[in-house]
Amino acid sequence: MATSELYLCAYSTLSQKQHDRDNQVMMPDSVVDDVLLSVKNISLSFGGVKALENISFDIRKGEIRAIIGPNGAGKSSMLNVINGFYHPQDGEVWFKGIRRNNLKPHQIARQGISRTFQNIALFKGMTTLDNLMTGRITRMNTNMFWQAIWYGRAERQEIEHRERIEQIIDFLKIQSIRKTPVGRLPYGLQKRVELGRALAADADLLLLDEPMAGMNIEEKEDMCRYVLDVNEQFGTTIALIEHDMGVVMDIADRVVVLDYGRKIGDGVPDEIRNNQTVIDAYLGVSHD
Amino acid sequence: MADADTFPKLLQLKASQLADHPAIREKDYGIWQTWTWADYLKEVTRFAAGLSAMGFERGDKLFIIGQNRPRMYFAVSAAQCLGGVPVPTYYDAVAEEMKFVIGHAEAKFVIAEDQEQVDKVIEIRESCPTVTAVIYDDDRGLADYDKDFIRSFESVQALGDKALAADPELINRSIQASNGADVSVILYTSGTTGQPKGVVLTYDNIRSIASICVDLEGLNETDSVIAYLPMAWIVDHFISYAQAHIAGFCVCCPESPETVMADSREIGPTYHFTSPRVLENHRTSIMIRMEDASKLKRWMFHKSLDVAKRCLDAKLEGKPIGLFDQLMYKLGKLTVYEPLKNQLGYSRTRLTYTAGEAIGPDMFDFYRSIGIHIKQVYGQTEASPFVTVQPDDQIRSDTVGKPIKDVEIRLSDDGEVLFRSPGVFHSYYKNPEATRSAKTEDGWVHTGDAGIFDSEGHLKIIDRTKDVGRLNNGAMFAPKYIENKLKFFQYILEAITFGDARDEVTAMINIDLSAVGDWAERRGLSYGSYQELAAHPEVYKLIEECIEQVNADLAADELLADSQVRRFLILHKELDADDGELTRTRKLRRRIIAERYKTLIDALYDGSDHCEISVEVTFEDGRKGSLNGDIRIVSVRVFNTLAKTA
Repeated sequence: MATSELYLCAYSTLSQKQHDRDNQVMMPDSVVDDVLLSVKNISLSFGGVKALENISFDIRKGEIRAIIGPNGAGKSSMLNVINGFYHPQDGEVWFKGIRRNNLKPHQIARQGISRTFQNIALFKGMTTLDNLMTGRITRMNTNMFWQAIWYGRAERQEIEHRERIEQIIDFLKIQSIRKTPVGRLPYGLQKRVELGRALAADADLLLLDEPMAGMNIEEKEDMCRYVLDVNEQFGTTIALIEHDMGVVMDIADRVVVLDYGRKIGDGVPDEIRNNQTVIDAYLGVSHD
Repeated sequence: MADADTFPKLLQLKASQLADHPAIREKDYGIWQTWTWADYLKEVTRFAAGLSAMGFERGDKLFIIGQNRPRMYFAVSAAQCLGGVPVPTYYDAVAEEMKFVIGHAEAKFVIAEDQEQVDKVIEIRESCPTVTAVIYDDDRGLADYDKDFIRSFESVQALGDKALAADPELINRSIQASNGADVSVILYTSGTTGQPKGVVLTYDNIRSIASICVDLEGLNETDSVIAYLPMAWIVDHFISYAQAHIAGFCVCCPESPETVMADSREIGPTYHFTSPRVLENHRTSIMIRMEDASKLKRWMFHKSLDVAKRCLDAKLEGKPIGLFDQLMYKLGKLTVYEPLKNQLGYSRTRLTYTAGEAIGPDMFDFYRSIGIHIKQVYGQTEASPFVTVQPDDQIRSDTVGKPIKDVEIRLSDDGEVLFRSPGVFHSYYKNPEATRSAKTEDGWVHTGDAGIFDSEGHLKIIDRTKDVGRLNNGAMFAPKYIENKLKFFQYILEAITFGDARDEVTAMINIDLSAVGDWAERRGLSYGSYQELAAHPEVYKLIEECIEQVNADLAADELLADSQVRRFLILHKELDADDGELTRTRKLRRRIIAERYKTLIDALYDGSDHCEISVEVTFEDGRKGSLNGDIRIVSVRVFNTLAKTA
């Protein structure tokens, strides 16, 4: 594990994870109790372009699941299917043991799936605090009138939500930018705020679309630590797309590999590392 | 309880006199949480009882590493309650530095603030056999750690509750068993040379000086301070712990190191300790922000500063201030000075100490003119810690004031400052040889600083005695004096001069990235990194102008005229404590710098106009890499001395 030296911070958590991982491999596939989400035979096409072709995999409770693949492999499309942004032509999505019909993204968010985006999608003119608060919107159920006069349940609820947000601010160590408009923040911090907003929804499943893209090594290390801590501390299941193989192999429990809309590998990082098809896909063997 | 001669006894006293008065505050989850003096005692007692149940005995050492948090202060107090000795350490110390201190102090327990610190202890666990347990404050990320070795602060307090239920007087008995002559704390000095030394201070040492200063400044329980200096530094221990226990004022712990300014604004501390470096940073950032302000605001700002400066000058010279200026000052106070003070967190401040380095006259006047009461003090850990303080009505930028009550100062034949006071340290821990060389038998301590008294009896510090050298022609060479003059320019962050046993003086410069970066932006100069900016020909020109001004200044002084800087270069990396080039309090480590940059220094003297160098750098996580650069060397104009031209 040469790369793990890079992630000193995560080291001891990792060795624990390694241990868990070894145990998991032993588990028979028939154990379905611990599956949080599974996608079965998903196919998605835009006109004549097939973005996803017959993809099936599952995400178990409490794990960090990585989705990798070369550019255009269909990774982001897969996330968009999971959170209901795209509706596949074929296939099923099962969440918490129930088959999901075609729901709107906000309904899915309410069910307990939240996400971050590849190209940060924060409200640039709003402060960090307000941005995080928007993450709680699915959980606010007083109407605008009561919120405007800020009395009774609306007041109580806002205080509760603020408390949760403060915990997240503390957790992500962003106290110093609490009142800073996010547009003024450097990229790495904006990414962190976005993670915070996704966390604010208290989701069961967190989808992270390239959380470390465009970061320098120190920012990546920080982000890794936060992802691992979220997983460990809050027990949140995480599915992430990432290009940095060092990061993926280090923090993921299981990895699914996509290439040209097809699944070409699925397993623990060691299996993936030695999978010839995956290596070919990354090194660019010609496709006949 | 008439003779509260230890801090735990003082804590008991405060808990009865000021039971409901806030003692310590911490901003947590965005809200200031308060512990009263009664709470303080309770927290400390519970923790001390827990430590005792875990096997902490009289004389044991408690190693403390973390930022300023109430629990860290409770830990200091708890160790003292049990007759043990707290050993606070700089929180940014790398594992190797921690290993030395833990090993040397033979610490039995470690209090670590969070996962980052716990990881460092685990890294060196093998080589620190004395450590039996690590106690942490913040549990984040620590769920999977070895529970036998590592435990939470709460769990220790829970143990303490059990012990106290069985024996409520456990801690009180232990507190009464200590007295003022006992060791209260060991503080490891960051050490400009070699390994750090553990300065052993007794309760009497710190208590006496703390009381003298509390009386001198009239500090009382209505005051408040922000605790943001490293806990391992004597000054934080002195103010946030010792003086707080004596005067009963409230210590406020900021949310994080980055929020100190914002937290200061909210708290409005009345008593501040700051360093010239911090003041400089504040002023630079104000100036940069003013450049971006609207024309009207900028005009108001500069006009008001001019008025303030005129009023201050008149006051210092004892001249009356004109009616117009008096009026303008009042207006300025309303529109500029007070809002500015509020921005800096000084809206309620009535006393500000600064120490550690010389302060530029411009900067000193800037702060004093807008109504911030800055006073310079001088001291060191071995003096626990203050020796001189400027009297209220005699404040100058170039002196450090007069000896405080019960302190005697004399100068040795070679100009070294020696002092004797009730605060004189007990010894260096396990280092009798160093103790003997620093402290004479009749109690005088060698400071290692060269100084002079001015006509009014104010002490002036020139440089470290050992750093004062001679040029080959016999002229005096005081490097720090020249470096300070250079550093008074906002563009120069750090300067190192060479000249001892040389024919001429040369300098290596570190530019201030924010000030020079801003300057470059305004001129449309593009740069991608510190290294690129530092090598820019325009930046070289800028620095050259600064050095020329210093040379002109030096030329005016007959003694120092030969110390004019002939050649200089701008370093391609910032000097860094992680690389051992600075101490943790950001003082230059000259010997190490001279070793690391030997090729550059040689090039400064062999006439070449550039030089290639590769230096090893340490990243924050302890990994190493190397940084290469081709550095230009430039000559500067020197001036004839006035004496010679005359």
